[in-house]
Amino acid sequence: MAPNPKSEARAQSLEQLFSSKEIVIACGSGGVGKTTTAAAAAAMAAVRQRGKVLVVTVDPARRLANALGLEGFGNEEKRVDNDAFKAAGVKPRGELWAAMLDTKQSWDDLVHRHAPDKDTERRILSNPLYQNISGKFVQSHDYIAMERLYEIHSSGNYDLIVVDTPPTRNAMDFIEAPRRMAEFFSSKLLRLLIAPYRSRMVNMASKPFYQVADRVLGSQFLEDIAEFFILFQTMYGGFVERANAVERTLRDQRTTFVVVSTLEAAPVREAEFFIQVLTAKRFHLGALVLNKVLPDYLLDDEAGELAARICDEAGDLARLDGLAGSLATDDEQLQRVLNEIASNYRNFATVARREAGLRRELQIRPDVVATVPEFEGDIHDVAGLLQLGQRIWS
Amino acid sequence: MADLLDRKLIFVTGKGGVGKTTIAAALAWLAADRGKKTLVCEIDAKGDLASFYETGPTRFEEREVAPRLWAMSMDTEASLKQYLSLQLKIPLVARVGPLAKMFDFVASAAPGVREIVTVGKLCWEVKERHYDLIVVDASASGHIVGQLAAPQAINELVQVGLVRQQTGWMLDILGDPRTTGLVVVATPAEMPVSETLELTDRVAKETNVDLAAVVVNRVLPELFGRGEEEVFERLAGDDGTGSRELLEAEVGGALSPLLEAARLTVTMRRSRTEHLERLREAIDPEIPMLYMPYLFFRAHGLRATHQIADALSAELGY
Repeated sequence: MAPNPKSEARAQSLEQLFSSKEIVIACGSGGVGKTTTAAAAAAMAAVRQRGKVLVVTVDPARRLANALGLEGFGNEEKRVDNDAFKAAGVKPRGELWAAMLDTKQSWDDLVHRHAPDKDTERRILSNPLYQNISGKFVQSHDYIAMERLYEIHSSGNYDLIVVDTPPTRNAMDFIEAPRRMAEFFSSKLLRLLIAPYRSRMVNMASKPFYQVADRVLGSQFLEDIAEFFILFQTMYGGFVERANAVERTLRDQRTTFVVVSTLEAAPVREAEFFIQVLTAKRFHLGALVLNKVLPDYLLDDEAGELAARICDEAGDLARLDGLAGSLATDDEQLQRVLNEIASNYRNFATVARREAGLRRELQIRPDVVATVPEFEGDIHDVAGLLQLGQRIWS
Repeated sequence: MADLLDRKLIFVTGKGGVGKTTIAAALAWLAADRGKKTLVCEIDAKGDLASFYETGPTRFEEREVAPRLWAMSMDTEASLKQYLSLQLKIPLVARVGPLAKMFDFVASAAPGVREIVTVGKLCWEVKERHYDLIVVDASASGHIVGQLAAPQAINELVQVGLVRQQTGWMLDILGDPRTTGLVVVATPAEMPVSETLELTDRVAKETNVDLAAVVVNRVLPELFGRGEEEVFERLAGDDGTGSRELLEAEVGGALSPLLEAARLTVTMRRSRTEHLERLREAIDPEIPMLYMPYLFFRAHGLRATHQIADALSAELGY
């Protein structure tokens, strides 16, 4: 491939990254604050940059969903009211939109789009297997999230789309999903399975396969499967083409990935894995966001020594002339309070040092690394999102 | 109420990142320590489980990692192979050709197949009484219902055939509260609590598995007792009495990092308490809630496993 003549300058901050891309995909293991990070960065982009910014979230906390005006379910994109920004004391230059991913609805839309006629559409939608796949089947979430992203992006309605990825069983499943979906529908095995129900002829090579499958699953069930796939095959062309287009969008240079992690052992391991896979597969790795990081003052050596001393000498310190009196307490209670303050510092300093160690271990890093401090409460309004967003933005 | 560890099969689930594997590892450790022959099984093979026992990686074949404690990781393909040959007595596996491909294919085509092979293996171990207790480090809360409901779903989808015959006894094992229980792990934060409540609802509606306990992990200690917080506030605030300066002069350094850290702990604990109360109010009072302390020193490794096992033991009243 020829080098891109317009080869971009490398972004040095989330601000630069977001202004040079059209799609930002946030990934990371569960519980690290992906959703909040995606929403915060999107809110910042809407405030600071012109244009329409859409954040697509998969499973937002209820109060965050409320803050974004996402009370109802469904796939519709809704504009976040400017009043929500007014309450935070800002007037955005752009617009913030939000949408939630409804897997079932998205599948139905997909069938509607690709089915050759009304009757096929109706038969697919009422097939029990289809209902299982679209509603409960975990892997279908991965695909549909990416499919929906493609759909929104090609509508051209938004300048920037920030997506929060669904929790996956296997970290990188969603990247592979479009390809796997395309392969699945064009697989030889699928044709093999469907063939006998079409022609009632089983060739010798595939006979053992049917014997086992019949015995294990029962032939009625196999027929159900076959019917489903025969119906689905009518959508085959459009579907595979679509899956390939989704895959191309993920690889497009207008798309970037942001890896989110906390500084705990398991999420860091997973973040490293994400970074490796993204790099190896040549996706664009834009930034690493480290969430819920303890404050720097916990790494202060002098304070650590001081805390150790106070722990040892709390009894003597509490008896300092006039100290307990001026704090309206007695020696004994003051000793306990001093002890608690000092040992609390030492406890959290231990955690902070462990975090610092993990941060050093994260060796491959993208150009942009942003750190978010541990916030005391939960974020449940636009003001909170912007407060977080400012910490990672420039 | 029946003793948690007297059940035969315990699924441990929870939102990603709450310490589900830690709790499963410690629960199994505690059971083995109390004399039960225990199997602990990791479902999503991330290899985290092994690090809690500081042993080599776990495989599908069970391995004894400590006295009476056996560990394995689920491998659906290996499980299917075992299932076909042991359960269905199908000898022609070898002739079918690439089993992996066929399995992948059937599993992708027929939702629930992968799940039932997993749950089937575990139920089979229960049925064969190879162990006193099986602790499952199960899928995260987003996927666990699909897993536990798989036998039912297959039962409805597949009208005849061996698989259908097989689901009957699985449902019996899963639906018997003396045999099987679900442990949900949460942390005192908004999302884990919300997800726990949604999950317990769905488990009750969509599966026949009994909720055995809710574990609240990483509970911060209460820093100050009665009246002590006021003393802290006077010391931390600029109350004009010069008490802070007096103390700083005596110890020869600035107290602000220590005071800020204490303030962070107090506010963190306060916001977490709200979520904890929301959880407690919504969970059936019959269901035991077990509180696990926040571990400052290490969150994984054998030492952490021991600490959590001790805390579980205390909470279970042993």
